[in-house]
Amino acid sequence: MTGAARRLRGMAEPLDAGQPMLAAEDLHVRFADVHAVRGAGFAVADGESYGIVGESGSGKSTVLRAVAGLNPNWTGSIRIAGETMGRHRPRSFHKRVQMVFQDPYGSLHPRHTVDRVLSEPLAIHGMDDAENRIERVLREVGLGPAFRFRFPHQLSGGQRQRVAIARALILEPQVLLLDEPTSSLDVSVQAEILNLLARLRAEHGLTFVLVTHNLAVVAHMCDRLAVMNQGRIVEELSVDQLRANEPAEAYTRQLLKASLGYDREAARALATFD
Amino acid sequence: MSAASVTTQGWRAWLLAPEPKSRAQAKLGQAYLGWLAFRRNPLAMVGLGIILALLAVAALAPWIAPASPIAQDLSLRLLEPDATHWFGTDELGRDIFSRIVWGARITLTIVALVVVIVAPVGLVVGTAAGYFGGWFDAVLMRVTDVFLAFPRLILALAFVAALGPGIENAVIAIALTAWPPYARIARAETLTIRNADFIAAARMTGAGPMRILVGHVMPLCLSSLIVRVTLDMAGIIIIAAGLGFLGLGAQPPSPEWGAMIASGRRFLLDQWWVATIPGLAICTVSLGFNLLGDGLRDVLDPKQQ
Repeated sequence: MTGAARRLRGMAEPLDAGQPMLAAEDLHVRFADVHAVRGAGFAVADGESYGIVGESGSGKSTVLRAVAGLNPNWTGSIRIAGETMGRHRPRSFHKRVQMVFQDPYGSLHPRHTVDRVLSEPLAIHGMDDAENRIERVLREVGLGPAFRFRFPHQLSGGQRQRVAIARALILEPQVLLLDEPTSSLDVSVQAEILNLLARLRAEHGLTFVLVTHNLAVVAHMCDRLAVMNQGRIVEELSVDQLRANEPAEAYTRQLLKASLGYDREAARALATFD
Repeated sequence: MSAASVTTQGWRAWLLAPEPKSRAQAKLGQAYLGWLAFRRNPLAMVGLGIILALLAVAALAPWIAPASPIAQDLSLRLLEPDATHWFGTDELGRDIFSRIVWGARITLTIVALVVVIVAPVGLVVGTAAGYFGGWFDAVLMRVTDVFLAFPRLILALAFVAALGPGIENAVIAIALTAWPPYARIARAETLTIRNADFIAAARMTGAGPMRILVGHVMPLCLSSLIVRVTLDMAGIIIIAAGLGFLGLGAQPPSPEWGAMIASGRRFLLDQWWVATIPGLAICTVSLGFNLLGDGLRDVLDPKQQ
């Protein structure tokens, strides 16, 4: 959905032309003795789908959690729709930005029914018409009302991830942060969830920030992507450039090569970047 | 008969429905599954039977007891167990069976009061310390350590000595010494829970710390706490009996089991039943709580599911 369409549906105020929906500058995240993110910066336009790729430990998930406000140890600047974010996030932030976590087995409370998972955000934000909203969002993620009063252990991994997506959507956010949303699901379910996310993005005009180590997922889902290595964004490129296999940075070429499968040469060459 | 079986079928089908229609049905269905699992454990069922029997005896004491627990008849001193005095009589000619039956009320009162005080305090202190961390955690846990550092019975003795003997003070003394382990357990559980993705997800929806603590953290700490409380009941009963034995708990002529043992120990060699019967009662009830606790652990402990 474009900005104009959103205005028509009476949703949140549009951004000024050219203003990014989400912008991070000079982002650093330090843990006790690890400097996990070293000066990352990127900007995501309204309605854009932005990928962050990198190998394990490159700091890509840490960037996302800092943006989400789940990690207080960051410095730099984070702006959402022009609003500068501090360590403590206001309620309006949660209404605008939601997150889907990697492991659907860990991201749903084991003692809460689907109904409770979905009604709690509505209660927190004082949104009315909970009944209809819950039924609608369940339908949207491809789960019928039959799933409403089940516990997580009565659901499959894919169904759980659909519930997690429904929880993120029920506040009608504009930005969805996706932390490897499919990497703990099996392959056939991965495709279903990715298609669901792509459909929801088209229907709601959502802005995506997708963190993954899977280049195929990025190629399928994103418009632009950043490649991270050792806490830095080494390259930013469009998906067309990725598909055409023409990255500028040597590290990105290595990553592309590695994504094609195990290759003794590639493995040896990769060692030089550690 | 067929109508009855149809309704039980209907109940079971409703409880075990794979697609519950309401929150209550979902919760009851889970509880029923827990009961089915619990029922498979025969020892736990024995424990449950003992505790239910204790509850029934305490509730129906005036109707079960053949005589008053405090009525003395010195002509009937120290009678052996027989048909009229099932457990014999004590040194003041009181019917021991009646005293045991009425004593069940005292035992249950002590246990219930201690649990009502201890479990919430331990839960709140432990989850708050674990969730907020930092200096808050440090302060609460040092306080907990201070209480943990004293042997339980000794600290209880000191409190009773300061507050004066009696059941209420015994309960307060036991409660003061019993909460630290619960705080520790709740804190340990909270530490494993607080970094879980579902807590991050709750924060992401804008939930405040109170909502997360009460709605998300505490329900997960509750089951291990319930198990621990049930297993500790035996210890609580024994400490209460110990205080009674030392003359610091229930006061005569109250038929408290520990006090009964204390008064019967003078006749232990010649009139064994005076001290032995209340001892067996304490032993049985403690065993019942232990078996029940073990069974509950199998059902409730999320780590074993």
